[in-house]
Formats: sequence, C-alpha cells, structure tokens
Amino acid sequence: MKVLVTVKEVAEADDDFAIEGTDIAESDLEYDLNEWDDYAVEAAVQLAEAGIADEVVTVTVGPERAEETIRMALAKGADRAVRVWDEALDGGFADVASKVALFEAVVDEEEPDLILGGVQAADTGFGATGVALAERIGFEHAAVVNQLDVDADAGVAHVHRELEGGVEELTDVDLPAVLTVQTGLNEPRYASLRGIRQAQRKEIAARDLSDLGLTADDVESALTITEMYEPESESDAEIIEGDAGESAGRLAEVLRDKGVGA
Amino acid sequence: MADVLVAAEHRRGALRDVTYEAITAGRELADARGGDLHVAVVGGDVDGFAEELNREGVDAIHAVDDGEEFDHNAYQAAVSTLADRIDAGAVVLPNSVNGLDYAPALAEALGVPIVTDAVGFDYDDGLTVTREMYGSKVETTVDVAGDRFVLTVRGGEWPPAEGVGDATVEAADVDIPESGARVTGFEEVGGGDVDIADADVLVSVGRGIEEEENLELVEELADALGATLSASRPIVDNGWLPKNRQVGQSGKVVTPDVYIAVGISGAVQHVAGMKGSDTIVAINTDPNAPIFDIADYGIVGDLFDVVPELIDEFA
Ligand SMILES: Cc1cc2nc3c(=O)[nH]c(=O)nc-3n(C[C@H](O)[C@H](O)[C@H](O)COP(=O)(O)OP(=O)(O)OC[C@H]3O[C@@H](n4cnc5c(N)ncnc54)[C@H](O)[C@@H]3O)c2cc1C
Repeated sequence: MKVLVTVKEVAEADDDFAIEGTDIAESDLEYDLNEWDDYAVEAAVQLAEAGIADEVVTVTVGPERAEETIRMALAKGADRAVRVWDEALDGGFADVASKVALFEAVVDEEEPDLILGGVQAADTGFGATGVALAERIGFEHAAVVNQLDVDADAGVAHVHRELEGGVEELTDVDLPAVLTVQTGLNEPRYASLRGIRQAQRKEIAARDLSDLGLTADDVESALTITEMYEPESESDAEIIEGDAGESAGRLAEVLRDKGVGA
Repeated sequence: MADVLVAAEHRRGALRDVTYEAITAGRELADARGGDLHVAVVGGDVDGFAEELNREGVDAIHAVDDGEEFDHNAYQAAVSTLADRIDAGAVVLPNSVNGLDYAPALAEALGVPIVTDAVGFDYDDGLTVTREMYGSKVETTVDVAGDRFVLTVRGGEWPPAEGVGDATVEAADVDIPESGARVTGFEEVGGGDVDIADADVLVSVGRGIEEEENLELVEELADALGATLSASRPIVDNGWLPKNRQVGQSGKVVTPDVYIAVGISGAVQHVAGMKGSDTIVAINTDPNAPIFDIADYGIVGDLFDVVPELIDEFA
C-alpha cells in the first residue's frame, strides 16, 4: 500500500510584525512544518513500520524554500517527496480548488491507496483541502481523525473522528481514502541525526504546472485577499504594567478582590 | 440564484446551536441578495426538527428523511440536490467538525468556491468575507469571484435566529448514493477524577510552559490560589495532563469565576471553551496574542518570571 501525505510549510508571525499590503512582512514570518501535518507524517511512517505501507511519499505545494520543511518529513521516515511549484502560483492566494487541481495531478502520477493530511493549516486555517481533494479524485474521506486503524486486507480504515465537546464518532471508511488528521492522533517523533543525514539523500522531485499537464487556468484562484489588518481589539483588558514583581503584586490584589486565595 | 440554502446540524436527537447562528447569517445574506432563505434538515426526527427550525426569517424548510445521524454522503447529496432544485447560489453551513467533513466536498461537487470559518461578511454585488489568519493575529477580507459559493460560518459570531416563522415545510425526496463511509457508533471521552467545569478558579496552562517538568510551576500556583489546574490542547496531546483537563471546543466548556490563562495563545477552539468565564486573566509574552482580546486583566511577560512572583504573593 502506498501512502501519500500532504505536507504544508506554514508561516507564523513573530510577536512583533508589520503588515505590508495584504500579507505580513516576509522578515516577520517564520516557517515551519504545519503542526497537524506532523501527525499525518507520523501516522504514515507508523503504517510503514507496521508493514502496512510499502512506501510513504509526501507532496507539498511550495517554493524552493519549502524544501527545508520537506527534509524534516523525510528525516522522520518518509521515503521521498514531491514538491509542486510554478511561477503562476507566486504571490497570489491559492484557493482550495487550485490546490486540489495540483494534488489531483500528483495523485494521478502516484496512485496512492491512502492520503493523509492535517485537518487544517495553521496559517490560513481553511481546513478544506483534504475533503475537497477526496471528492475530486473519487476517494472516500473522513475529517478530524484522532484514531486510526488501517485494515489493508479488508480495504477499510477504522477511524475515530473527534466531534465537539468530548464526543468521538466511530467510522469505517473504505479505501482508497483521504483522511485529515487531528493532533493527539499519535506522538510525532523528533528527527534523529541519522534520519536527518539520510534525508539529504532522499529524492525531492520538483514539478511545475506543465510537468503535471496543467495550465495557469487550472490554478486560477476564485479568492483574492483584499485587505489584512490587525483586528481592532474589542477588549477592555487592563494591561498590568511593571516588572514581574510589580505586575504579580498588582495581579494578586485583583485576584484577592475576587476572593481568590482567601 | 439569489436564494440561500442553510443546512441544519444535529447530533443525538438535538439540533445544535450553530444551526440557528447559520440561519441568522443565511438570512443576512439572503436579504443582501434579494432572495429567500431555505433550510435543509437531513436525517433524525426531521418533522420535529422542521418545527423547531421554523424561526423568523426562514422561508422554506426541506426535510430529507434519511438515517438517524450525520452521514457526509447523505448530507452532501441532499444539500447539492436541493441547491440545484431551488436554484440557490449560496450555501451557508456551520464551520463545525461535521461541516468541515462535507462542505469542501460539496463545494467541489457544485464546482463553486468555498470560504471557511467566516467571522463576518459583506455582500454588495459580490461576497467579501472577513476571516482570520496566522492564528488570529490578523484579520483579512477575501473577495469571492462569482455569485455562487459555499460559506461556513464560525460559531458564536452571529446571534441565533429566534421567534416563530411561517416557513413552508416540505418533505424532499433525494437519491442518496451508497456510502463508503459508515458511522458505527459514538464514544464519550474524558471522565476522570476532576471535573474542571465545577471549579470556581482555574489556572490553565498552555504550550508556553515548554516542558513537562515545568508543569510543577503552574501546579504550585494552582495550589497557592486554591485553584484547579486545566490546560489547552497541546498539553493534553503531549500526554502531560489527562483529557478531562482540556478546555475548549473538543474539551470542556468552563465558566469559573476566575480563569487564569498561562502561556495560552487564545486560539478560537480554546476560547470556545472558556469565554464565558467571569474574569479572565492572561499571562503571555506576546502582546498580540488573541487571548488578550477576551481577557479582563493581562500581563505581557514571561510566565517563568511572573508565576514565581505570583506564588510568593500567595504563599
Ligand atoms: C478541530 C479542532 C479542535 C480543537 N480543539 C481544541 C480544544 O478543545 N482546546 C484547545 O485548547 N485547543 C483546541 N484546538 C487547538 C487550537 O487550534 C490550538 O492549536 C491550541 O489551542 C493552542 O494551544 P496553546 O495556546 O497552548 O499553544 P500556542 O498557540 O502554541 O500558544 C502558546 C502561547 O504561549 C506564549 N508563550 C510562549 N512562551 C511563553 C512564556 N515563557 N511566558 C508566557 N507566555 C509564553 C506564546 O506567546 C503563545 O501565545 C483545536 C483545533 C482544531 C483544529
């Protein structure tokens, strides 16, 4: 069985940041592997270690810079990686349908039996790509999976989906399927030194639109970000100033007033 | 094409609150588009649900009698069939776990764009959605090309629809395809020794604590204050505290007199569980952390400096 893992490099804003146009200034962003995808990578690698998966391939939509993050996934045990990028994607905001078009083309090439990805990306928080991809390629799906047991012989994934308020739904999903995974599914490993060394030799195949048989029209986004701003705080929070000792002292007064510690 | 379709959400025999909020958002959109508001309800006690869904501003209710619980295939088939049948250009759904389990597939099947997790929108010739990015540190406006779309709306952002309406109620026949995903049951998680929902004072710890060993520090604070210890999700995911200590959308909803958030950013799913607290205190190094937006008192500072001083104050 082949497992494809969608891996995103996400940007996080520094504590102090400036907004330039419709994005945060590049110098105030730090890039990292999307937290939710980390659990998806771990799930795939565990399937390989259990002898259920023969190969784990990651796929990323991102510029060359993203290879640092991709190497992290390779160091954790993925076999090889595909990175999709094209000038046509530069600068614009890719909507769900355009990402799905790119992933669909990679799925056509790779023919996986199972696709895993994070339930959402920490930067844009759309939470939609995996489920939309499943529809496009005719796979079954389940979103917000926090327990996974793949029965390859029966061609079924037994999953728990985490609903709101501490309730889980138990679902059987026929393979091939796309599962979007929730944190807590497993314990993502740290990359070992050996893993990091090995990752240097693993293949990251770069693909552009024409490699995938697509054109710029296929990735034309229906969504445009028109403004970005710091939200106006509606809060009337009293920010307690001073050094640690002073502010703790003042907070203690406030808490005592509320009857805390009495 | 001007009409708007909202799909109701229910679980274990009860409609969920987010449904009524989505109806309010749907009505707002239908008014702006000069169309009617349709509500679909799929599965469960559809007749009983239809009665409850008949709130002010709802023009038509379509009841699809199929199965007991949520099944994404049935929901997708029902909503897309109805959207075509009534020629609704816009579909509005709750941005819930189940919403996210079929809304993207629905948009894909309809061949229309999707915008998730809206916290607001404007409709004037076209749709402009307000949503958050970068962990709620910034807000963006997103323009949607074209007049047809799927929109999911964040819980708690629109007031629930109220009153009694005069909607037409119709049983709708929809072909539901055989499903390759079958719900086999439900399971409650959590339980455990302490019910954080009962506590008057909660000291809640987040990823800012960095290491499991450091938990001792906040435990000490909780002891000194006579408070109960709770946590954000990553602490529980790491196995540092049991699930019954998790505050949030997928954890517990708490409403203590005082909630002290230590090293917690205030992600929407966390806030969903504690925003009803009487007094909220936040200790965080990041002045832009969204937790400060709902806090009553804040200290912008390092918890490793502030918490020991605070323990001293109460020792
Ligand atoms: C479907 C779904 C359901 C979810 N359900 C829940 C839920 O029920 N509960 C929940 O909590 N989350 C939930 N989440 C996760 C949520 O999105 C966030 O990832 C999570 O709440 C972040 O936890 P945090 O604030 O502790 O960590 P982070 O977001 O990493 O924040 C850590 C904070 O600590 C601050 N900090 C760092 N060092 C220090 C220091 N030395 N002193 C002071 N401050 C410091 C940082 O500035 C930062 O603001 C859910 C997510 C999804 C997708």
